[in-house]
Order: sequence, then C-alpha cells, then structure tokens
Amino acid sequence: MLELIVISTLNGVLFGMLLFLLSSGLTVIFSMMGVLNFAHASFYMLGAFFGYQLTKWIGFWPALVLAPLLVGAVGMAVERYGLRNTHKHGHVAELLLTFGLAFAIEEIVSMIWGKSPMDYRIPAALDFPAFTVFSTNYPAYKIFMLVVSVAIFVALLIVLKRTRVGLIVQAALTHPSMVGHLGHNVGRVFMVVFGVGSALAGLAGVIAGPSLVTQSDMAGLLGPILFVVIVFGGLGSLPGAFIASLLIGLIQTFAVALNGSLASAFGPLDPSLGPSVLTDIWNVTIAQIAPILPYVLLVLILIFRPMGLLGTRET
Amino acid sequence: MSDAATTTSDMPKEQSGSSARFYSIWLIAAIALIVLPLIFSSGGSLTSFSLIGIAIIFALSYNILLGQTGLLSFGHAVHYGLGGFIAVHAMNAVANYNWPLPLPFIPLIGGIGGVAFAILVGWVMTKRAGTVFAMISLGIGELVASSSLILRSMFGGEAGITTDRTALPHMFGWTFGPQLQVYYLIAFWVMISAIAMYALTRTPLGRICNAVRDNPERVEFIGYDPHVVRYLAYGFAGFFAGIAGGLAAINFEIANSAYLGATQSGLVLFAAFIGGAAYFFGPILGAILVTYLQLGLTNLTTVWQLYFGIIFIGIVMFAPGGIAGLLMMHRPLIRAGSLGMVIPSYLMAAIPTLALALGVILSIETVARYTASEGEGNIINLLGIPFNATAPVTWIVAALLVVGGFLVARLTWRRVAEAWDRAATVARDRGYLA
Repeated sequence: MLELIVISTLNGVLFGMLLFLLSSGLTVIFSMMGVLNFAHASFYMLGAFFGYQLTKWIGFWPALVLAPLLVGAVGMAVERYGLRNTHKHGHVAELLLTFGLAFAIEEIVSMIWGKSPMDYRIPAALDFPAFTVFSTNYPAYKIFMLVVSVAIFVALLIVLKRTRVGLIVQAALTHPSMVGHLGHNVGRVFMVVFGVGSALAGLAGVIAGPSLVTQSDMAGLLGPILFVVIVFGGLGSLPGAFIASLLIGLIQTFAVALNGSLASAFGPLDPSLGPSVLTDIWNVTIAQIAPILPYVLLVLILIFRPMGLLGTRET
Repeated sequence: MSDAATTTSDMPKEQSGSSARFYSIWLIAAIALIVLPLIFSSGGSLTSFSLIGIAIIFALSYNILLGQTGLLSFGHAVHYGLGGFIAVHAMNAVANYNWPLPLPFIPLIGGIGGVAFAILVGWVMTKRAGTVFAMISLGIGELVASSSLILRSMFGGEAGITTDRTALPHMFGWTFGPQLQVYYLIAFWVMISAIAMYALTRTPLGRICNAVRDNPERVEFIGYDPHVVRYLAYGFAGFFAGIAGGLAAINFEIANSAYLGATQSGLVLFAAFIGGAAYFFGPILGAILVTYLQLGLTNLTTVWQLYFGIIFIGIVMFAPGGIAGLLMMHRPLIRAGSLGMVIPSYLMAAIPTLALALGVILSIETVARYTASEGEGNIINLLGIPFNATAPVTWIVAALLVVGGFLVARLTWRRVAEAWDRAATVARDRGYLA
C-alpha cells in the first residue's frame, strides 16, 4: 500500500507537471488575447511527432531543442496569419478557428504518420532504473521528465516576475492599449507569447512522447482534460492552473492505480436483480472511472465555485 | 453577425404585404420533400435524403444555441445521442410489451429524452455564456461519452443497442420496413420541426434570446434574467436534437456511443457554421452540404475529414457569415441592380482560386497516397487527369498550382473587393444598403 502511494504520488506529480507545461501556455495565451486555444493540445501532439521524426534523423538531444522551436514557429504562424486576421470577427470566430485547426492538425498527422502508435523510444542514455522503491524500479526517464518540467516552471516564473519582458507581458495582459501607447509592439508581444506557449506545449510533447503513447489521437485525448484544468483552476489564473494541474494529475494517477469498486467494498449485488444500470455502477472499478473523474470535478466546481479555484473574473 | 440577424428579423415585416410569398416558400419545401424520392428513387439517394433530413433537424436545433442565443456548444451531440438511445429503448419496450404506440411517435420520445437531459444539466451549464459555456459543454460531452462506455446495460458498450423498427404497431398500413417509408417519416418530422423552430424564433422568447446573444446586460436592465433565457433556449435545442437522434435511431435501427461523441458534436458545429448561423436557413444549407460531402468524399478520398477542416477554417477566416451570409450579402446588390458590376471580377477571380484549390487537393492527395503504405493505388484521378503520387512531375504541378494560384488569386480578389465597393456604393445611393 505504501509502495503504491509513493509510486502513484511520483507519477501523479509528474503527470501534473506535464499538464502544467501545457496549461501554463494556454492560460497565459487566454488571459492575454482572450482566446482559448483549442489547438493547444494539437501543438503538444505536433511536438511529440516532430520529436519522434527528428530523433530518428538526428538523435534525441538535438530533437529536444529543435522540435519545440519548430512547434513554436508553427504557433507564431498561426497567430500571425490566422488569429490576427480573425480577431475582427470576435472571440467566437477565433475559438472556432483554433477548433478547425485542431481538427485539421489531427487529420494531417494521421495522414502523414498513420493512425497506429509510433515506435518512439526512450533515449538509451536515460534508459535505466534511477532508484528502487520497495522492489519497484523507477525509470530514470521519468525523473528526467520531472526535472525538465520543474526547470521550465522555474524559468517561466523568473521570466514573468523578474524580467523586463515579463513586465511587458504582464502589463499587456490587462492593459494592451496602454502598453501599445508606451511604444511596445503589442501585436509582436502577442505573437511571441503565442509562440512560446506553443513551444512549451511542443516540449511537453517531445518529453512525454516516449513515455506515454505517441499516436494521432493523443491531442483529442488530452485536450479536454487541459480545458478542465484551466477552468478548474480559474480562467486566466496561473497559480490556479498550477494547483489544478497537480490535483488532476494526482487524482487520475491514483484512480488508475486503485482497483476497488462498490462490489468489492460491500459485496456483490443479489444476482436475482439481473443486469441494470445499478449493477453497472456497482461493479465498475475506480480505475475504470478514472477517465471521467476530471469532468466530474469540472461539474462540481461549476456548481460550488463557478469562477474556478483561484479565478477572479466572471468571463 | 448582429447586422445580419437584424435583417432576418426584418424580413417578415418587408413581406407582410406578401405573406403569400412567405407561405409559398414553406409549401414549395414541403412539395420538394414529397417529390424528391419520386425523381431520385434509387436506394442510395433515398438513404442520402434520409441522412440529410436528420442532419437538417440536428443543425437547426444547434442553431437555436449558436445563432439565436449566441451559445457555442461543443457537446450538442449529447442530446442527439441520448435521444437516440431513449428512442431505441422505447422501441424495444413497445415491441416487447405490445404497447399501442406506432413508430411515427418515437422521435417525440427521443425529443423528450433530449430535453430531459438538457433540463438536468442545463441550469449549471448556462450560468455563463461565452468561452466558459463552450468549455463546460465540451466537458459534459466528454463526461457523457465516457460514461456511456461504462454503463453497459443502458448504452450497450462499444456495440450499441439494436432494435427492429418493423416490430412496432403499424400505422395506415405502413410497416416502415422500406427505406422510402422511413424517408417520408423523416421528411414529415423535418417539416414539423423546421416550422416549430422557425415559429420559435418569432416568439417573444426567440426575440429575447437574440437580445441575450447581443447584449445580456441590457436584457437584465429590462427585467429578464439572461440565465433563465439561456436555460430555456438550451432546453429547446436539446428537445429538437433529441428528435433528430430518435429519427437516426429509427433510420439505422441502432444506437451506439458514436452518436454521443465529440465527432458528432463537431460535425453539427461545422454544418451550422458553414451554412451560416446568422440566418434561419443557413444550417439547412450547411447540413445538406456537410452530409453530401461526407457521403460523397468518403468514396473518393481517405482524408475527407481534412477537407472538412480546411473548408471550415476557410469559412471562419474569410466568410464568417457562412454560405447563407455570402448569399444574403448580394441581396441589396440584386435589388439595386448593381450585381452586374461584380460578376466580371468574380469570373476573373474564379480561375486562379480554382487553380489554388486544385493545387491544394493535389498536394494533400499526393501526401496521403505517398505515406499510405497499405497497397493503395498511387494514381490520383483529378478532373479525369491521372497523376502519379510518386512522380516528381506531380509534385511540381501541385506546387505550381498552389503558389501560382495563390499569387494570382490574391491580385484578383483585390479586384473583387474594388468592384464590390463600387457596386455597394451604387446600392447605397439607391437606398438598398444602409
């Protein structure tokens, strides 16, 4: 039991940090431009596939740098030639544009790489057990993922809070026209922020690709959870996104590891009842409901605290 | 968007003298629905017409949210799917217990299923509009879609639940076995639902929905609660989506979890938006186009969904009013008689735009065939000209069409804009354009 708790906590924090790599970019983009980027998870997928392809060509370490840069460039192009032109039609049009993009990117990826999972391996240099907890080997690659995510988190924090660039970005979040009047090119700030956010998502894809599955439906699977994270944390709140990422990461990891059901807790139902919705609910294990837990959380928070955990604004 | 909406709402006023013309549109639609299968009587076209009919109801119900009330939902298929499941269970129950309920009433039960779920979740969902509503609808959609795989006795797991539509009590001697009879059943419900939904836009509730879409704050000042209005609109949308789901269950004699999924929600959004959410008839056009493309493209290409995505992105970026918006843009020009001024520029722009489109199609197909390892043919048949996906000639032609088409199209579209400005000025001078 203790073993399960330790391993699940490690894995949960890891998944949470990965979620935060994605949700941080999404949150900053949202609070700055008012656009919820539906294609954010698609950038994560692009990162994984670019990482896979570049690893095949030039090795993992160059790919770790190049793939996020490529994804960032794609993101900047999307902002410059797509979103900026759509801005005049309002936020709904922008949201729909990113929705269409997410759809198209998934189709393009499955057209080029096919629908089956890629053989994206952990680099040999990191393919060894880092330490052993109660007879379970914990892979070094996961530690590497954790280190990279935490490093990015710290770097992001320092850049946003301690540098001049961060100051401009923060100011542009709330007072874009004032920042423009002070002589900064707000359009370019938006483009760069969008690019950096996409690059972070791409980086998450590169490092998560070998450990999770690299497949053309990975964006569709992760995307909705990402939106749960940022709505749960409070739209536009970076600390909220951080807490929500860790929370959902931990909940999902623990739920997957638990095998209990109502039947195992209270004994099986009377067989004379026959199959019904009740027996379904009675026999379902916690591991089986793990995929729906984030959405249950979403509904709960909307009932009890509609603005999200740390959200302050109504829209 | 709001401009366009006001023009629609002004329409009956302009036509109040000629309300006969207004009713004749509905009459023509009804006659067309009756006559269509007599002209195109093959099995394939009957199936297409049935699917299009279902898609029309579904897209119109979606537009109660998107176009009428300004709620962007990413989970509308939940009501469609639940309506379908309720209908299938109802059909099985009717057949098992010999209840005297004929098949034509089953869609109504589907509608009740759709509205029941809308009442259940709608209150929480419609608390806020905009992005938050969009995210919640997505979350609820995922929640229901994932739950449907867990609650096997209700949703039948991956396989779904089957039924037999001929086992129900017959009506007027119709067994509803042949597709033709099912088509007429669907056509009947299309007419009823379309009239009901159109009538809804004419009621005070429909009008206050438009007001909530455009300015919820002012609606509050005149004493209405936007939350309640959105909730009511959500209920109506769920009801008609459930009817569409019930019809789909009758048509396919099965309901499975794909009915509820994100793909279905995405398709209805595509249909409503491509058709044009600002006009009542927009989603009808969109549903016809999307269903037709879906049926036609799947035979031609493996990557048909990519074309959907590209068409959708193109519409969002260049024609946010959808097809209906594009058509209605020309109304004042036709009335002012200045349409002739833009036609030549359209014809000129059409050639490079077509070349660009062909280039894009050729490149997509080349990539698709090149990467598909399974023994698929490498020959792309475009306009009767065979292209070999592995030949460099094909790549060069595709690149030339895309780049050349894009550069020339950009120039010609500038000409279109100029011609449009001139024509619009004429229309404005003659008082047909504000």
